[in-house]
Amino acid sequence: MAEFAVAAPVTTLSPRRRRRRPMISAIQWLSLALVALFIVVPFYTTVLGGFKGIGELRTNPFGLPAEWDVSNFMGIILGPTLFRSLLNSLLIALCTVVLSILLASMTAFAFAHIRFFGSKFLMSFLLLGLLFPSATAILPLFIKMRDLGLLDKHLGIIIVQVAFSLSFSILLFHNFFKQLPKELVDAARMDNCGYLRIYWYVTLPLSLPIIATVGVFNFVGSWNSFLLPLIALNSDANYTWPLGIMQFQGEYGSDWPKILAYLTLTIIPAVIFFLAAQRYIISGLTGGAVKG
Amino acid sequence: MDRNSLVPLLILIPPSLILFVVFVVLPMVDAATYSFFSWTGYGPITDFVGFDNYADVITHRNFGTSVRNSLIVVAASLLIQLPLAMWVSVALSETGRIVSWMRTLFFLPYMLAEIAAGLIWKFVYDGNYGLVPQIGDALGTKLPFLLADKLWVIPAIMLVIVWKYFGFHMMIYIAGLQSIPSEVIEAARLDGVKKWQIVWHIKLPMIWPSIVISVFFAITGALQLFDMIIPLTNGGPSNSSHTIVSFLYAFGILRMKIGFGAAVSVLLCIACVIVALVYRRVLFAKENE
Repeated sequence: MAEFAVAAPVTTLSPRRRRRRPMISAIQWLSLALVALFIVVPFYTTVLGGFKGIGELRTNPFGLPAEWDVSNFMGIILGPTLFRSLLNSLLIALCTVVLSILLASMTAFAFAHIRFFGSKFLMSFLLLGLLFPSATAILPLFIKMRDLGLLDKHLGIIIVQVAFSLSFSILLFHNFFKQLPKELVDAARMDNCGYLRIYWYVTLPLSLPIIATVGVFNFVGSWNSFLLPLIALNSDANYTWPLGIMQFQGEYGSDWPKILAYLTLTIIPAVIFFLAAQRYIISGLTGGAVKG
Repeated sequence: MDRNSLVPLLILIPPSLILFVVFVVLPMVDAATYSFFSWTGYGPITDFVGFDNYADVITHRNFGTSVRNSLIVVAASLLIQLPLAMWVSVALSETGRIVSWMRTLFFLPYMLAEIAAGLIWKFVYDGNYGLVPQIGDALGTKLPFLLADKLWVIPAIMLVIVWKYFGFHMMIYIAGLQSIPSEVIEAARLDGVKKWQIVWHIKLPMIWPSIVISVFFAITGALQLFDMIIPLTNGGPSNSSHTIVSFLYAFGILRMKIGFGAAVSVLLCIACVIVALVYRRVLFAKENE
Protein backbone atom coordinates (compact mmCIF):
# COMPACT_ATOMS: atom_id res chain seq x y z
CA MET A 1 0.00 0.00 0.00
CA ALA A 2 2.73 2.37 1.01
CA GLU A 3 4.76 1.26 -1.92
CA PHE A 4 1.91 1.98 -4.28
CA ALA A 5 1.38 5.43 -2.83
CA VAL A 6 5.00 6.29 -3.49
CA ALA A 7 5.17 4.66 -6.87
CA ALA A 8 2.10 6.25 -8.39
CA PRO A 9 3.26 9.89 -8.46
CA VAL A 10 6.68 8.85 -9.69
CA THR A 11 5.32 7.04 -12.72
CA THR A 12 3.03 9.86 -13.72
CA LEU A 13 5.28 12.83 -13.02
CA SER A 14 8.79 11.71 -13.82
CA PRO A 15 10.12 13.50 -16.93
CA ARG A 16 11.05 10.20 -18.53
CA ARG A 17 7.44 9.09 -18.33
CA ARG A 18 6.06 12.34 -19.63
CA ARG A 19 8.37 12.48 -22.59
CA ARG A 20 6.85 9.25 -23.88
CA ARG A 21 3.61 10.96 -24.79
CA PRO A 22 3.99 12.64 -28.18
CA MET A 23 3.92 16.42 -27.77
CA ILE A 24 1.58 17.06 -30.66
CA SER A 25 -1.04 19.78 -30.56
CA ALA A 26 -4.52 19.61 -32.07
CA ILE A 27 -3.50 21.81 -34.99
CA GLN A 28 -0.58 19.52 -35.71
CA TRP A 29 -2.82 16.44 -35.58
CA LEU A 30 -5.23 18.12 -37.97
CA SER A 31 -2.51 19.00 -40.44
CA LEU A 32 -1.03 15.51 -40.17
CA ALA A 33 -4.44 14.05 -40.97
CA LEU A 34 -4.79 16.32 -44.00
CA VAL A 35 -1.34 15.37 -45.28
CA ALA A 36 -2.17 11.70 -44.72
CA LEU A 37 -5.33 12.13 -46.77
CA PHE A 38 -3.33 13.85 -49.51
CA ILE A 39 -0.92 10.90 -49.60
CA VAL A 40 -3.51 8.14 -49.37
CA VAL A 41 -6.27 9.24 -51.74
CA PRO A 42 -4.28 8.82 -54.99
CA PHE A 43 -3.17 5.33 -53.91
CA TYR A 44 -6.64 4.38 -52.74
CA THR A 45 -8.41 5.47 -55.91
CA THR A 46 -5.76 3.83 -58.07
CA VAL A 47 -6.12 0.46 -56.39
CA LEU A 48 -9.93 0.54 -56.39
CA GLY A 49 -10.11 1.95 -59.91
CA GLY A 50 -8.74 -1.28 -61.35
CA PHE A 51 -11.84 -3.11 -60.09
CA LYS A 52 -14.34 -0.63 -61.53
CA GLY A 53 -15.84 -0.23 -64.96
CA ILE A 54 -14.88 2.85 -66.94
CA GLY A 55 -18.29 4.42 -66.37
CA GLU A 56 -18.14 3.82 -62.66
CA LEU A 57 -14.95 5.89 -62.41
CA ARG A 58 -17.14 8.89 -63.15
CA THR A 59 -20.19 8.06 -61.12
CA ASN A 60 -18.44 6.59 -58.12
CA PRO A 61 -14.90 8.00 -57.88
CA PHE A 62 -14.27 7.49 -54.15
CA GLY A 63 -16.53 4.64 -53.05
CA LEU A 64 -15.92 0.92 -53.17
CA PRO A 65 -16.72 -0.66 -56.54
CA ALA A 66 -20.34 -1.80 -56.92
CA GLU A 67 -19.03 -5.10 -58.25
CA TRP A 68 -15.45 -6.27 -57.78
CA ASP A 69 -14.50 -6.90 -61.38
CA VAL A 70 -11.18 -8.79 -61.54
CA SER A 71 -11.11 -9.27 -65.31
CA ASN A 72 -8.61 -6.44 -65.81
CA PHE A 73 -6.23 -7.95 -63.29
CA MET A 74 -6.62 -11.46 -64.69
CA GLY A 75 -6.04 -10.27 -68.24
CA ILE A 76 -2.80 -8.58 -67.25
CA ILE A 77 -1.56 -11.38 -65.01
CA LEU A 78 -2.23 -13.99 -67.69
CA GLY A 79 -0.74 -11.80 -70.42
CA PRO A 80 2.93 -12.14 -71.33
CA THR A 81 4.26 -8.66 -70.68
CA LEU A 82 3.83 -7.91 -66.97
CA PHE A 83 5.81 -10.80 -65.53
CA ARG A 84 8.41 -10.70 -68.25
CA SER A 85 9.11 -7.04 -67.58
CA LEU A 86 9.09 -7.50 -63.80
CA LEU A 87 11.52 -10.38 -64.19
CA ASN A 88 13.80 -8.29 -66.42
CA SER A 89 13.79 -5.52 -63.83
CA LEU A 90 14.50 -7.99 -61.05
CA LEU A 91 17.40 -9.54 -62.91
CA ILE A 92 18.95 -6.18 -63.73
CA ALA A 93 18.47 -4.90 -60.18
CA LEU A 94 19.97 -7.99 -58.54
CA CYS A 95 23.04 -7.99 -60.79
CA THR A 96 23.50 -4.26 -60.23
CA VAL A 97 23.28 -4.74 -56.48
CA VAL A 98 25.75 -7.62 -56.29
CA LEU A 99 28.30 -5.93 -58.53
CA SER A 100 28.10 -2.54 -56.89
CA ILE A 101 28.39 -4.03 -53.40
CA LEU A 102 31.43 -6.03 -54.44
CA LEU A 103 33.26 -3.28 -56.32
CA ALA A 104 32.41 -0.45 -53.94
CA SER A 105 33.35 -2.41 -50.82
CA MET A 106 36.66 -3.49 -52.35
CA THR A 107 37.58 0.06 -53.27
CA ALA A 108 36.37 1.53 -50.00
CA PHE A 109 38.38 -1.07 -48.11
CA ALA A 110 41.55 -0.03 -49.91
CA PHE A 111 40.92 3.64 -49.11
CA ALA A 112 40.11 2.86 -45.48
CA HIS A 113 43.00 0.56 -44.65
CA ILE A 114 45.86 0.78 -47.15
CA ARG A 115 48.02 3.88 -47.14
CA PHE A 116 49.34 4.78 -50.55
CA PHE A 117 50.43 7.82 -52.50
CA GLY A 118 47.49 9.72 -53.96
CA SER A 119 44.80 7.87 -52.05
CA LYS A 120 43.07 11.09 -50.92
CA PHE A 121 43.04 12.44 -54.45
CA LEU A 122 41.77 9.19 -55.94
CA MET A 123 39.01 8.94 -53.37
CA SER A 124 37.85 12.50 -54.07
CA PHE A 125 37.95 11.71 -57.77
CA LEU A 126 35.71 8.68 -57.31
CA LEU A 127 33.30 10.70 -55.18
CA LEU A 128 32.92 13.26 -57.98
CA GLY A 129 30.06 11.11 -59.23
CA LEU A 130 27.96 12.44 -56.35
CA LEU A 131 27.83 15.77 -58.15
CA PHE A 132 26.76 14.55 -61.56
CA PRO A 133 23.38 12.95 -62.05
CA SER A 134 23.43 10.35 -64.80
CA ALA A 135 20.84 12.38 -66.69
CA THR A 136 23.46 14.95 -67.66
CA ALA A 137 25.60 12.33 -69.39
CA ILE A 138 22.77 10.37 -70.95
CA LEU A 139 23.46 11.35 -74.55
CA PRO A 140 27.20 10.52 -74.74
CA LEU A 141 26.39 7.46 -72.62
CA PHE A 142 24.05 6.32 -75.36
CA ILE A 143 26.81 6.76 -77.97
CA LYS A 144 29.32 4.95 -75.75
CA MET A 145 26.95 2.03 -75.20
CA ARG A 146 26.28 1.83 -78.90
CA ASP A 147 29.99 1.83 -79.76
CA LEU A 148 30.62 -0.94 -77.21
CA GLY A 149 27.67 -2.99 -78.48
CA LEU A 150 25.81 -2.66 -75.17
CA LEU A 151 22.54 -1.28 -76.51
CA ASP A 152 19.41 -3.38 -76.04
CA LYS A 153 21.28 -5.64 -73.61
CA HIS A 154 20.62 -6.01 -69.92
CA LEU A 155 24.36 -6.15 -69.38
CA GLY A 156 24.68 -2.60 -70.67
CA ILE A 157 22.09 -1.29 -68.20
CA ILE A 158 23.77 -3.17 -65.35
CA ILE A 159 27.27 -1.88 -66.09
CA VAL A 160 26.18 1.73 -66.41
CA GLN A 161 24.06 1.58 -63.28
CA VAL A 162 26.92 0.06 -61.32
CA ALA A 163 29.26 2.78 -62.57
CA PHE A 164 26.88 5.52 -61.48
CA SER A 165 26.17 3.87 -58.13
CA LEU A 166 29.85 3.64 -57.20
CA SER A 167 30.37 7.09 -55.71
CA PHE A 168 27.55 6.87 -53.21
CA SER A 169 28.23 3.22 -52.38
CA ILE A 170 31.94 3.83 -51.82
CA LEU A 171 31.09 6.75 -49.54
CA LEU A 172 28.76 4.62 -47.42
CA PHE A 173 31.21 1.71 -47.21
CA HIS A 174 34.13 4.02 -46.42
CA ASN A 175 32.26 5.71 -43.57
CA PHE A 176 31.36 2.31 -42.17
CA PHE A 177 34.83 0.75 -42.49
CA LYS A 178 36.35 3.75 -40.73
CA GLN A 179 34.10 3.09 -37.73
CA LEU A 180 35.11 -0.56 -37.37
CA PRO A 181 37.77 -1.13 -34.70
CA LYS A 182 41.14 -0.59 -36.33
CA GLU A 183 42.67 -3.22 -34.03
CA LEU A 184 40.95 -5.99 -35.99
CA VAL A 185 42.82 -5.18 -39.17
CA ASP A 186 46.06 -4.47 -37.29
CA ALA A 187 45.90 -7.78 -35.43
CA ALA A 188 45.30 -9.67 -38.66
CA ARG A 189 48.24 -7.84 -40.25
CA MET A 190 50.44 -8.93 -37.34
CA ASP A 191 49.46 -12.49 -38.08
CA ASN A 192 50.75 -12.03 -41.60
CA CYS A 193 47.30 -12.01 -43.10
CA GLY A 194 47.16 -10.31 -46.49
CA TYR A 195 44.84 -7.40 -47.20
CA LEU A 196 42.65 -9.42 -49.53
CA ARG A 197 42.09 -12.08 -46.90
CA ILE A 198 41.36 -9.43 -44.27
CA TYR A 199 38.84 -7.84 -46.63
CA TRP A 200 37.08 -11.12 -47.27
CA TYR A 201 37.30 -12.85 -43.89
CA VAL A 202 37.39 -9.98 -41.38
CA THR A 203 35.84 -6.82 -42.76
CA LEU A 204 33.05 -8.08 -45.00
CA PRO A 205 31.46 -10.40 -42.40
CA LEU A 206 31.32 -7.44 -40.00
CA SER A 207 29.72 -5.21 -42.62
CA LEU A 208 26.35 -6.85 -43.10
CA PRO A 209 24.35 -3.77 -41.99
CA ILE A 210 26.03 -1.50 -44.51
CA ILE A 211 25.89 -4.18 -47.20
CA ALA A 212 22.15 -4.32 -46.64
CA THR A 213 21.85 -0.55 -46.81
CA VAL A 214 23.89 -0.20 -49.99
CA GLY A 215 22.10 -3.17 -51.51
CA VAL A 216 18.62 -1.92 -50.78
CA PHE A 217 19.49 1.55 -51.97
CA ASN A 218 20.90 0.41 -55.28
CA PHE A 219 18.09 -2.08 -55.73
CA VAL A 220 15.45 0.60 -55.46
CA GLY A 221 17.41 2.92 -57.74
CA SER A 222 17.75 0.24 -60.38
CA TRP A 223 14.18 -1.04 -60.02
CA ASN A 224 12.74 2.45 -60.51
CA SER A 225 15.12 3.69 -63.20
CA PHE A 226 13.54 4.85 -66.41
CA LEU A 227 15.70 7.15 -68.53
CA LEU A 228 18.59 4.74 -69.06
CA PRO A 229 16.44 1.72 -70.06
CA LEU A 230 14.35 4.07 -72.18
CA ILE A 231 17.24 5.08 -74.38
CA ALA A 232 19.16 1.77 -74.23
CA LEU A 233 16.51 -0.93 -74.65
CA ASN A 234 14.40 -1.19 -77.76
CA SER A 235 12.98 -4.69 -78.03
CA ASP A 236 9.85 -5.55 -76.06
CA ALA A 237 11.34 -8.77 -74.73
CA ASN A 238 14.05 -6.82 -72.91
CA TYR A 239 11.79 -4.13 -71.46
CA THR A 240 11.91 -3.36 -67.76
CA TRP A 241 8.60 -2.76 -66.00
CA PRO A 242 8.60 1.07 -66.29
CA LEU A 243 8.98 0.70 -70.06
CA GLY A 244 6.34 -2.03 -70.04
CA ILE A 245 3.79 0.11 -68.24
CA MET A 246 4.43 3.10 -70.49
CA GLN A 247 3.91 0.88 -73.51
CA PHE A 248 0.73 -0.56 -72.00
CA GLN A 249 -0.52 2.91 -71.25
CA GLY A 250 0.23 3.95 -74.82
CA GLU A 251 -1.77 1.01 -76.17
CA TYR A 252 -4.84 1.47 -74.00
CA GLY A 253 -4.97 5.26 -74.05
CA SER A 254 -7.66 6.25 -71.62
CA ASP A 255 -9.02 2.84 -70.71
CA TRP A 256 -8.18 3.80 -67.15
CA PRO A 257 -9.44 0.71 -65.28
CA LYS A 258 -6.96 -1.43 -67.26
CA ILE A 259 -4.09 1.00 -66.67
CA LEU A 260 -4.94 1.33 -62.98
CA ALA A 261 -4.98 -2.45 -62.62
CA TYR A 262 -1.56 -2.68 -64.27
CA LEU A 263 -0.29 0.12 -62.02
CA THR A 264 -1.61 -1.64 -58.93
CA LEU A 265 0.14 -4.86 -59.90
CA THR A 266 3.47 -3.05 -60.25
CA ILE A 267 3.03 -1.05 -57.05
CA ILE A 268 2.27 -4.06 -54.83
CA PRO A 269 5.76 -5.65 -54.98
CA ALA A 270 7.34 -2.23 -54.47
CA VAL A 271 5.25 -1.52 -51.37
CA ILE A 272 5.96 -4.95 -49.88
CA PHE A 273 9.67 -4.50 -50.49
CA PHE A 274 9.56 -1.01 -49.02
CA LEU A 275 7.86 -2.14 -45.83
CA ALA A 276 10.40 -4.92 -45.40
CA ALA A 277 13.45 -2.80 -46.16
CA GLN A 278 12.60 0.72 -45.10
CA ARG A 279 14.96 0.90 -42.15
CA TYR A 280 17.93 0.21 -44.42
CA ILE A 281 16.79 2.88 -46.82
CA ILE A 282 16.42 5.39 -44.04
CA SER A 283 19.79 4.55 -42.51
CA GLY A 284 21.36 4.95 -45.94
CA LEU A 285 19.71 8.33 -46.45
CA THR A 286 20.68 9.69 -43.08
CA GLY A 287 24.06 8.00 -42.87
CA GLY A 288 25.07 9.14 -46.32
CA ALA A 289 23.48 12.54 -45.96
CA VAL A 290 24.79 13.46 -42.55
CA LYS A 291 28.34 12.42 -43.26
CA GLY A 292 28.44 13.25 -46.94
CA MET B 1 53.44 2.02 -49.16
CA ASP B 2 54.97 -1.36 -48.45
CA ARG B 3 55.39 -4.02 -51.07
CA ASN B 4 52.67 -6.19 -49.52
CA SER B 5 50.01 -3.67 -50.35
CA LEU B 6 50.79 -3.25 -54.04
CA VAL B 7 49.08 -6.40 -55.26
CA PRO B 8 45.93 -5.87 -53.15
CA LEU B 9 45.72 -2.29 -54.41
CA LEU B 10 45.93 -3.48 -57.99
CA ILE B 11 43.05 -5.85 -57.35
CA LEU B 12 40.85 -3.68 -55.15
CA ILE B 13 40.82 -0.36 -56.93
CA PRO B 14 41.05 -0.73 -60.73
CA PRO B 15 37.68 -2.43 -61.35
CA SER B 16 35.76 0.48 -59.83
CA LEU B 17 38.10 3.04 -61.27
CA ILE B 18 37.86 1.72 -64.82
CA LEU B 19 34.07 1.50 -64.74
CA PHE B 20 33.86 4.97 -63.26
CA VAL B 21 36.20 6.51 -65.79
CA VAL B 22 34.67 4.78 -68.81
CA PHE B 23 30.99 5.25 -67.98
CA VAL B 24 30.89 8.38 -65.80
CA VAL B 25 33.89 10.58 -66.51
CA LEU B 26 34.48 9.95 -70.22
CA PRO B 27 30.85 10.58 -71.18
CA MET B 28 31.17 13.98 -69.54
CA VAL B 29 34.31 14.70 -71.54
CA ASP B 30 32.58 13.40 -74.67
CA ALA B 31 29.63 15.69 -74.03
CA ALA B 32 31.98 18.66 -73.92
CA THR B 33 33.60 17.54 -77.19
CA TYR B 34 30.37 16.78 -79.05
CA SER B 35 28.94 20.14 -78.06
CA PHE B 36 31.37 21.89 -80.43
CA PHE B 37 30.51 19.75 -83.45
CA SER B 38 27.55 19.26 -85.68
CA TRP B 39 27.03 15.51 -85.70
CA THR B 40 24.14 13.13 -86.26
CA GLY B 41 25.72 10.30 -84.28
CA TYR B 42 27.08 8.35 -87.24
CA GLY B 43 30.40 8.50 -89.06
CA PRO B 44 33.42 10.61 -88.17
CA ILE B 45 33.09 13.77 -86.12
CA THR B 46 34.55 16.45 -88.33
CA ASP B 47 32.10 19.30 -88.62
CA PHE B 48 33.44 21.79 -86.06
CA VAL B 49 30.95 24.55 -85.43
CA GLY B 50 32.39 26.41 -82.44
CA PHE B 51 29.74 27.70 -80.09
CA ASP B 52 26.92 27.38 -82.63
CA ASN B 53 25.25 24.54 -80.72
CA TYR B 54 25.21 26.63 -77.55
CA ALA B 55 23.75 29.53 -79.49
CA ASP B 56 21.09 27.20 -80.92
CA VAL B 57 20.21 25.92 -77.47
CA ILE B 58 19.97 29.30 -75.84
CA THR B 59 17.89 30.76 -78.66
CA HIS B 60 15.64 27.67 -78.92
CA ARG B 61 12.14 28.81 -78.12
CA ASN B 62 11.49 25.94 -75.70
CA PHE B 63 14.79 26.13 -73.86
CA GLY B 64 13.82 29.27 -71.97
CA THR B 65 10.56 27.62 -70.93
CA SER B 66 12.31 24.49 -69.71
CA VAL B 67 14.88 26.46 -67.69
CA ARG B 68 12.07 28.56 -66.24
CA ASN B 69 10.11 25.43 -65.34
CA SER B 70 13.12 23.85 -63.68
CA LEU B 71 13.70 27.04 -61.68
CA ILE B 72 10.02 27.15 -60.67
CA VAL B 73 10.36 23.58 -59.46
CA VAL B 74 13.45 24.53 -57.45
CA ALA B 75 11.64 27.53 -55.93
CA ALA B 76 8.53 25.49 -55.17
CA SER B 77 10.65 22.81 -53.55
CA LEU B 78 12.33 25.33 -51.30
CA LEU B 79 9.24 27.40 -50.48
CA ILE B 80 6.51 24.74 -50.23
CA GLN B 81 8.04 21.31 -49.92
CA LEU B 82 10.75 21.94 -47.35
CA PRO B 83 8.57 24.01 -44.96
CA LEU B 84 5.86 21.34 -45.17
CA ALA B 85 8.46 18.63 -44.49
CA MET B 86 9.77 20.64 -41.55
CA TRP B 87 6.30 21.27 -40.09
CA VAL B 88 5.41 17.60 -40.34
CA SER B 89 8.76 16.37 -39.04
CA VAL B 90 8.50 18.41 -35.83
CA ALA B 91 5.42 16.38 -34.92
CA LEU B 92 6.63 13.07 -36.35
CA SER B 93 10.01 13.12 -34.60
CA GLU B 94 8.11 12.27 -31.43
CA THR B 95 7.63 8.63 -30.54
CA GLY B 96 4.40 6.70 -30.74
CA ARG B 97 2.66 4.12 -32.80
CA ILE B 98 0.48 6.39 -34.94
CA VAL B 99 3.44 8.69 -35.40
CA SER B 100 5.60 5.89 -36.74
CA TRP B 101 2.84 4.70 -39.08
CA MET B 102 2.55 8.19 -40.45
CA ARG B 103 6.30 8.40 -40.99
CA THR B 104 6.13 5.22 -43.07
CA LEU B 105 3.09 6.44 -44.99
CA PHE B 106 4.59 9.84 -45.79
CA PHE B 107 7.83 8.24 -46.92
CA LEU B 108 6.07 5.73 -49.16
CA PRO B 109 5.67 7.95 -52.25
CA TYR B 110 9.40 8.64 -52.25
CA MET B 111 10.06 4.91 -52.70
CA LEU B 112 7.60 4.66 -55.54
CA ALA B 113 8.99 4.81 -59.08
CA GLU B 114 8.55 8.21 -60.71
CA ILE B 115 6.80 6.49 -63.57
CA ALA B 116 4.19 4.98 -61.24
CA ALA B 117 3.73 8.26 -59.39
CA GLY B 118 3.36 10.09 -62.70
CA LEU B 119 0.71 7.68 -63.98
CA ILE B 120 -1.23 7.75 -60.70
CA TRP B 121 -1.43 11.52 -60.90
CA LYS B 122 -2.17 11.52 -64.60
CA PHE B 123 -5.26 9.58 -63.59
CA VAL B 124 -6.05 11.94 -60.70
CA TYR B 125 -5.87 14.90 -63.08
CA ASP B 126 -7.59 13.19 -66.02
CA GLY B 127 -10.26 15.51 -67.32
CA ASN B 128 -12.82 12.77 -68.00
CA TYR B 129 -12.31 9.97 -65.52
CA GLY B 130 -9.98 11.43 -62.90
CA LEU B 131 -10.65 12.82 -59.44
CA VAL B 132 -10.20 16.49 -60.25
CA PRO B 133 -13.32 16.79 -62.45
CA GLN B 134 -15.32 14.92 -59.80
CA ILE B 135 -14.12 17.36 -57.17
CA GLY B 136 -15.09 20.14 -59.55
CA ASP B 137 -18.57 18.67 -59.95
CA ALA B 138 -18.93 18.42 -56.19
CA LEU B 139 -18.03 22.09 -55.89
CA GLY B 140 -20.47 22.92 -58.67
CA THR B 141 -17.84 24.26 -61.09
CA LYS B 142 -16.08 22.90 -64.10
CA LEU B 143 -12.37 22.64 -63.42
CA PRO B 144 -9.99 22.86 -66.38
CA PHE B 145 -8.06 19.83 -67.66
CA LEU B 146 -5.12 20.69 -65.48
CA LEU B 147 -2.44 18.88 -67.47
CA ALA B 148 -3.71 20.23 -70.79
CA ASP B 149 -3.80 23.83 -69.64
CA LYS B 150 -0.67 25.92 -70.11
CA LEU B 151 -1.44 27.96 -67.03
CA TRP B 152 -2.19 25.06 -64.71
CA VAL B 153 0.23 22.41 -65.87
CA ILE B 154 3.23 23.59 -63.83
CA PRO B 155 1.33 24.05 -60.54
CA ALA B 156 -0.21 20.61 -61.14
CA ILE B 157 3.24 19.05 -61.60
CA MET B 158 4.48 20.87 -58.52
CA LEU B 159 1.76 19.27 -56.43
CA VAL B 160 2.90 15.84 -57.61
CA ILE B 161 6.48 16.73 -56.72
CA VAL B 162 5.45 17.72 -53.21
CA TRP B 163 3.46 14.48 -52.90
CA LYS B 164 6.39 12.41 -54.12
CA TYR B 165 9.35 14.00 -52.39
CA PHE B 166 8.39 15.80 -49.20
CA GLY B 167 8.62 12.53 -47.26
CA PHE B 168 12.28 12.26 -48.22
CA HIS B 169 13.08 15.66 -46.75
CA MET B 170 10.89 14.88 -43.75
CA MET B 171 13.01 11.79 -43.05
CA ILE B 172 16.23 13.80 -43.17
CA TYR B 173 14.78 16.34 -40.72
CA ILE B 174 13.42 13.65 -38.42
CA ALA B 175 16.84 12.02 -38.27
CA GLY B 176 18.32 15.39 -37.35
CA LEU B 177 15.66 16.17 -34.76
CA GLN B 178 15.98 12.77 -33.12
CA SER B 179 19.73 13.18 -32.77
CA ILE B 180 19.33 16.31 -30.62
CA PRO B 181 20.24 15.30 -27.05
CA SER B 182 17.03 15.16 -25.04
CA GLU B 183 18.77 16.93 -22.13
CA VAL B 184 18.93 20.12 -24.19
CA ILE B 185 15.20 20.12 -24.85
CA GLU B 186 14.43 19.06 -21.28
CA ALA B 187 16.55 21.86 -19.82
CA ALA B 188 14.84 24.45 -21.99
CA ARG B 189 11.44 23.09 -21.03
CA LEU B 190 12.26 23.24 -17.33
CA ASP B 191 13.29 26.86 -17.83
CA GLY B 192 9.78 27.51 -19.09
CA VAL B 193 10.63 27.95 -22.79
CA LYS B 194 7.52 27.50 -24.90
CA LYS B 195 7.22 24.62 -27.35
CA TRP B 196 7.45 26.68 -30.54
CA GLN B 197 10.26 28.77 -29.12
CA ILE B 198 12.12 25.51 -28.57
CA VAL B 199 11.48 24.55 -32.17
CA TRP B 200 12.52 27.91 -33.55
CA HIS B 201 15.48 28.75 -31.32
CA ILE B 202 16.88 25.34 -30.44
CA LYS B 203 15.73 22.60 -32.79
CA LEU B 204 16.02 24.47 -36.09
CA PRO B 205 19.56 25.77 -35.48
CA MET B 206 20.66 22.36 -34.26
CA ILE B 207 19.50 20.56 -37.39
CA TRP B 208 21.03 23.16 -39.71
CA PRO B 209 23.28 20.52 -41.38
CA SER B 210 20.20 18.44 -42.23
CA ILE B 211 18.55 21.50 -43.76
CA VAL B 212 21.61 22.26 -45.87
CA ILE B 213 21.68 18.67 -47.13
CA SER B 214 17.99 18.63 -47.95
CA VAL B 215 18.22 21.95 -49.81
CA PHE B 216 21.06 20.48 -51.86
CA PHE B 217 19.02 17.39 -52.73
CA ALA B 218 15.96 19.51 -53.53
CA ILE B 219 17.94 21.66 -55.98
CA THR B 220 19.85 18.89 -57.74
CA GLY B 221 16.71 16.73 -57.82
CA ALA B 222 14.71 19.51 -59.40
CA LEU B 223 17.45 20.17 -61.97
CA GLN B 224 17.35 16.55 -63.18
CA LEU B 225 13.59 16.07 -63.02
CA PHE B 226 12.57 13.91 -65.97
CA ASP B 227 10.91 10.58 -65.23
CA MET B 228 7.66 12.07 -63.93
CA ILE B 229 7.29 14.55 -66.76
CA ILE B 230 7.05 11.80 -69.37
CA PRO B 231 3.95 10.00 -68.01
CA LEU B 232 2.32 13.20 -66.78
CA THR B 233 2.57 15.49 -69.80
CA ASN B 234 5.41 14.33 -72.05
CA GLY B 235 6.39 18.00 -72.08
CA GLY B 236 3.02 19.24 -73.32
CA PRO B 237 0.73 21.03 -73.87
CA SER B 238 2.65 22.50 -76.81
CA ASN B 239 6.02 21.98 -75.09
CA SER B 240 5.12 24.21 -72.16
CA SER B 241 6.00 21.78 -69.36
CA HIS B 242 9.48 20.63 -70.35
CA THR B 243 12.21 20.51 -67.74
CA ILE B 244 15.84 20.80 -68.74
CA VAL B 245 16.29 17.03 -68.99
CA SER B 246 13.02 16.38 -70.82
CA PHE B 247 14.01 19.18 -73.22
CA LEU B 248 17.33 17.40 -73.72
CA TYR B 249 15.47 14.15 -74.36
CA ALA B 250 12.87 15.56 -76.73
CA PHE B 251 15.07 17.85 -78.80
CA GLY B 252 18.51 16.26 -78.49
CA ILE B 253 18.14 12.51 -78.13
CA LEU B 254 14.90 11.77 -80.00
CA ARG B 255 16.05 13.87 -82.97
CA MET B 256 19.63 12.57 -82.73
CA LYS B 257 20.97 16.12 -82.69
CA ILE B 258 24.06 15.08 -80.77
CA GLY B 259 25.87 18.42 -80.69
CA PHE B 260 22.74 20.24 -79.62
CA GLY B 261 21.94 17.71 -76.89
CA ALA B 262 25.54 17.69 -75.71
CA ALA B 263 25.44 21.45 -75.33
CA VAL B 264 22.35 21.11 -73.11
CA SER B 265 24.20 18.43 -71.09
CA VAL B 266 27.19 20.71 -70.59
CA LEU B 267 25.01 23.62 -69.47
CA LEU B 268 23.16 21.36 -67.03
CA CYS B 269 26.43 19.98 -65.78
CA ILE B 270 27.77 23.50 -65.19
CA ALA B 271 24.61 24.31 -63.23
CA CYS B 272 25.14 21.21 -61.07
CA VAL B 273 28.78 22.10 -60.43
CA ILE B 274 27.84 25.64 -59.43
CA VAL B 275 25.24 24.31 -57.00
CA ALA B 276 27.80 21.89 -55.59
CA LEU B 277 30.42 24.61 -55.13
CA VAL B 278 27.98 26.94 -53.43
CA TYR B 279 26.79 24.08 -51.29
CA ARG B 280 30.32 23.18 -50.22
CA ARG B 281 31.00 26.78 -49.28
CA VAL B 282 27.80 27.06 -47.24
CA LEU B 283 28.53 23.85 -45.38
CA PHE B 284 32.17 24.76 -44.92
CA ALA B 285 31.34 28.20 -43.54
CA LYS B 286 28.99 26.69 -41.01
CA GLU B 287 31.55 24.13 -39.90
CA ASN B 288 34.15 26.82 -39.30
CA GLU B 289 31.97 28.96 -37.08
